[in-house]
Amino acid sequence: MEVTIKVFRYNPEKDKKPSYKAYKLEAVETDRVLDLLEKVKGYQDGTLSFRRSCAHGICGSDAMRINGMNRLACKTLVRDVGAKITVEPILGLRVIKDLIVDMKPFFDNYKKVMPWFINNDPAPEKERYQSPEARLRYDDTTKCILCACCTTSCPSFWGSDEYLGPAAFVSAHRFIFDDRDQAAGERLEIVNEVMGVSRCHTVFNCTMACPREIQITKAIGELKSALMTGKLD
Amino acid sequence: MILQTLYQQCLKNNVTFYDEFQVVDLLMVNGAAAGVVAIELATGELHVFHAKAVIFATGGHGRIWEITSNAYAFTGDGPAVVMRRGLPLEDMEFFQFHPTGIYKLGILITEGVRGEGGVLLNGKGERFMEKYAPKVKDLASRDVTSRAIYMEIRDGNGVNGQNYVYLDVRPESVNKYAAIDGRKNLDGTPYTVTGEQILAKLPDIVDFCRVYLGVDPITQPMPIQPTAHYAMGGIPTNKYGEVIADEKNTAVPGLYAAGECACVSVHGANRLGTNSLLDLVVFGKHAGLRAAEFVKEAAFQPLPADPAEFARARFDRIRTADGKENAFDIAVTMKKVMFDDMGIFRSGKGMENALKVVRELQDRYKHVRPTDTGEVFNMELMNIWELGNLLDLAEVTTVSALARTESRGGHSREDYPDRDDKNWLKHSLAWAHEDGKIELKYKPVGITRFEPKVRTY
Repeated sequence: MEVTIKVFRYNPEKDKKPSYKAYKLEAVETDRVLDLLEKVKGYQDGTLSFRRSCAHGICGSDAMRINGMNRLACKTLVRDVGAKITVEPILGLRVIKDLIVDMKPFFDNYKKVMPWFINNDPAPEKERYQSPEARLRYDDTTKCILCACCTTSCPSFWGSDEYLGPAAFVSAHRFIFDDRDQAAGERLEIVNEVMGVSRCHTVFNCTMACPREIQITKAIGELKSALMTGKLD
Repeated sequence: MILQTLYQQCLKNNVTFYDEFQVVDLLMVNGAAAGVVAIELATGELHVFHAKAVIFATGGHGRIWEITSNAYAFTGDGPAVVMRRGLPLEDMEFFQFHPTGIYKLGILITEGVRGEGGVLLNGKGERFMEKYAPKVKDLASRDVTSRAIYMEIRDGNGVNGQNYVYLDVRPESVNKYAAIDGRKNLDGTPYTVTGEQILAKLPDIVDFCRVYLGVDPITQPMPIQPTAHYAMGGIPTNKYGEVIADEKNTAVPGLYAAGECACVSVHGANRLGTNSLLDLVVFGKHAGLRAAEFVKEAAFQPLPADPAEFARARFDRIRTADGKENAFDIAVTMKKVMFDDMGIFRSGKGMENALKVVRELQDRYKHVRPTDTGEVFNMELMNIWELGNLLDLAEVTTVSALARTESRGGHSREDYPDRDDKNWLKHSLAWAHEDGKIELKYKPVGITRFEPKVRTY
């Protein structure tokens, strides 16, 4: 089948403003959008620039807006989106070139929630044991690959990139509800700040966008609830 | 999870990251490491990192092959850069093909599927591993299983006459074969699984199959084929992670390597499942400890007058080539010939063909020029630079393999089907000389507790 892929183009060294360029190519239903971009780059237009690495939804580097939805280009097949495909950079972050955006504000927000395990007791001789039930409590939020699909689909983040955003909350949740971690209180204070969870208006865009199918809005709800009740149930 | 945790611990400990800087050259002065040159993708600028010690941890080079589980980033930059600076690469002929990659895409379906009781079935619905490994059947080592799949396909036993077989982890199949095998739980009760248990234990695999194949592994078998997976060979190191320069194991001061880019050779000719993790955890730590010790005592090597000159010259050649050839075309041709003639089964004739084609491609490569003339995120330029690495490593791999007239682990020759310990129980070291010639030397295999034996499954 012939597909048309319309791509957002911007070259900071040449262009005053962005434009769209359409490419036609042969594809099969099971081709990934990333495969199409690779073919366009390989045979039609070498200047087309985008990030990619693992090509199967693990590294999180090829988040893009595909037909208006934030998705990973490597996890979106032609059969999911049809023969007319529009690809644009994710929103809310500065476009550097074509589909490549400046991820710095995203990672700065991630770092603010202290996304690392904290337990100041002396390390035991072997590992710190955890029951399967306790592990299950935050299993969903361990799946995050930091692709930014969620955060850049959130209207609050479009309003201000100071807003911590769904991905940072997911990471906060991952540690706050880990019963081996000792910094839940500190992390809850951080997500309670002005640019924290109070700016989440339960739009569910993040949950819809997550390529790992993390129930993000639910996780944020659990953070809000913990802040209100002071309990980690 | 491991990658996330490592990154998080680095953040916690304030490790400085130079994100999206790609190392393109190693600086060696007075026979010792003096630093690296890296290109900053956001600006196209070359940066010189003056260092007392350098650790390479750049990963493998599976992108040489058409069907691979490897990420686009696995272009063997580390080994290629090191080789260009006159150091050898070890055991490059040994590359592992994992038996179960998703058909056409090569995405890895973990061995865990067979661990949970999944079985391989050919187009006739036969559990063919019984023929090749009567005792351990579907749990035979990766090289044996990959070759068995390949032979089934070659004998016309692929599914629908195509280049794939089925990996079946449907609960009814698992339970049927577990009963035939007499598999028991630890408490002695018969081993059985349910669809929920499969989903809980293999969530990513189920997700991959649903997304890419539209196949639900709980109710349908998965189409799979062997996929290029792991480099046993690479930058030679000793057990401290120190890079060695010759067959006498002379260490290069200040230079270390660990992980898949390195060859400390705990895997020999054929890595076993999970051991790459042990390799990088153990030898990555040793390399780090050694480097930290080294920098306390060592002085900086003086930098050459223009440290980036060598790297810049290579990029300048690419930017000013005549543009008559297409990089993508060259890559596709390389991947195909390497998969067909330098893959799971090899022969003298096939490998000679692969070498001829790869050398033609290296000539054509000189005519590749990026159409993108910019500096900011010029990914086309980087892809072309990486293709040069892949071609150079494809050549070294093929030359090393042609010389080894035996079959051992991942290197399996139809014209020399047996292992030949008398002549070939040794590591290869390959040097790429400036005149384009590749020189091979050998060093003995260190044998400690376990004597090499004939493998029977």
